[in-house]
Amino acid sequence: MPGLEDLYREIILDHYRNPRNRGELETPPAHRAEGFNPLCGDEVVVYVDVDDDGVIQDIRIGGQGCSISQSSASMMSAAVKGKTVEEARALTRAFKAMMSIHENELGGDPDEPVEIPEGVTLGDLEALRGVVKFPVRIKCATLSWNTLSSGLDAVSV
Amino acid sequence: MTPSADHGLDVAAIKRDFPLLSRSCHDNPIVYLDSAATSQKPRVVLDSMTEYYETINANVHRGAYQIADLASRKMEAARANLADFIGAPDTREVVFTRNATESVNLVAFTWGRANLHDGDAIVLTELEHHANIVPWQMLAAERDIELRWIPVDAEGHLDLTDLERLLDGAKLLAFSAMSNVLGTLTPVRFLSDAAHAAGATVLVDASQYVPHLPTDVAALGCDFLVFTGHKMCGPTGVGVLWARAELLEAMPPFNGGGAMILKVTKEGFTTNEIPWKFEAGTPAIAEIIGLGAAVDYLRDIGMDAVRAHEVSLTAYALRTLTERHGDRITIHGPSEPASRGGVLSFEFGDIHPHDVSQVLDQKGVCVRAGHHCAKPLMAIMGVNATSRASLYLYNDESDVDQLSAALDDAADMFAI
Ligand SMILES: Cc1ncc(COP(=O)(O)O)c(C=O)c1O
Repeated sequence: MPGLEDLYREIILDHYRNPRNRGELETPPAHRAEGFNPLCGDEVVVYVDVDDDGVIQDIRIGGQGCSISQSSASMMSAAVKGKTVEEARALTRAFKAMMSIHENELGGDPDEPVEIPEGVTLGDLEALRGVVKFPVRIKCATLSWNTLSSGLDAVSV
Repeated sequence: MTPSADHGLDVAAIKRDFPLLSRSCHDNPIVYLDSAATSQKPRVVLDSMTEYYETINANVHRGAYQIADLASRKMEAARANLADFIGAPDTREVVFTRNATESVNLVAFTWGRANLHDGDAIVLTELEHHANIVPWQMLAAERDIELRWIPVDAEGHLDLTDLERLLDGAKLLAFSAMSNVLGTLTPVRFLSDAAHAAGATVLVDASQYVPHLPTDVAALGCDFLVFTGHKMCGPTGVGVLWARAELLEAMPPFNGGGAMILKVTKEGFTTNEIPWKFEAGTPAIAEIIGLGAAVDYLRDIGMDAVRAHEVSLTAYALRTLTERHGDRITIHGPSEPASRGGVLSFEFGDIHPHDVSQVLDQKGVCVRAGHHCAKPLMAIMGVNATSRASLYLYNDESDVDQLSAALDDAADMFAI
């Protein structure tokens, strides 16, 4: 649909329709974290299982929400599985940097490059770049990442 | 534009009264279907506020000079106008607040703290907006007060089977006259009488009622009525609390400060007369005047005509959406247009309401997505969020048709 093709990219709809890593993990050993978007009632549950070497052995996603929050969670799960906690955190920073482009455009210097940490590639997650044109939806896209972050914080302590 | 058929409203002319309704969104003419959240404002309301600022702007109640007197009189004329609009026998019974939420909080803070004690019970309904839940929960948390809930049935009507038991020993019944999620009209008179028979005081949240139906507080039989200006063609920033004069007289004041006092010494103060006792500080003068103009506008059109228009448009919407979208649309709330207002909460296939409203927005169609500040009700309905289209006097059949057509786009996009 004209005007929305940047938002609803095919790969996004695919992840929404066929979410990867849906389900639960036993806690413990896994950690469970919940996130809410009070605005629209979306909720996401992230289960992460991190081994002694700090590698994310498994991840599962629960909860419900719109196509953007659900596809973002699905892509995130695929992207961080098998990565170390440090790599997952770097990816989170990169993703959030991509999502904050709009804020730069509104507030700061529009030419200022978005800082994606060195050595991090977003891959499929690049498809969510169009969300920044729809500011209301940025919170949908970042919900699962914030939830993952709090899950990883719990692992690290 | 579809001419309005049988109810005597010239909707095309009404649309022209609302400047915002001539704009476009994403290159499509706007189709505004979110009046349950806030209504648009007619030019006469905007003009009345500009005129106040341009010709008589002065603080009220305190100046001896000409424009201060004019401003005070204009504001008090708006109060009398509001009283007349809701059938209040005494202008002093109309208290201006910031919004309906503040009106409920005022009652909870003053009447509630003076009259509700450990072991008392408050009865609410499962239809309530957070504005008529949280202030009572705050009070209940402070004291040992029990909250009881009148349930809703599958069609969204109140289930009154257990009413007598629920009201037994209760001090307050607080309920909404019309649900902002399901459009359900509740039996206000019946509930008021039942509560009074049980010895309870009655507060009615009429935020969705006063804008859409002729209102007469005597006929409704309640003790407190709260509503909000911005949903009835008025500006934001002004709401109303109506209560019987003797109740207001007996209540302690709300905020302390200027205007609510008669006398202040270092030792203490005496409160002003009602309604000013509850209006500390400089009021929203321009907005109150704007609300007065909104009431004039609605009265000229006629609330009976507004209601008749909305009943027939709601019937058209229920019919059109169901015929065109069949099983993929689920519209919540009463199926009978006469027992509901024009608030249509719906689910569309398995498309999330956020996505539905995003696609509709692209066609200029404004609907709300979310929990509509009624989370307990959403939990009972078993949903996290719905899409909600709500109708008002400036909507017509073509607006409903645009909504229906835009839903086809959503269906295409998400392949349902
Ligand atoms: C039924 C009902 N009660 C109370 C309110 C609160 O109105 P306000 O936000 O103006 O205080 C609303 C509006 O959102 C409502 O629909």
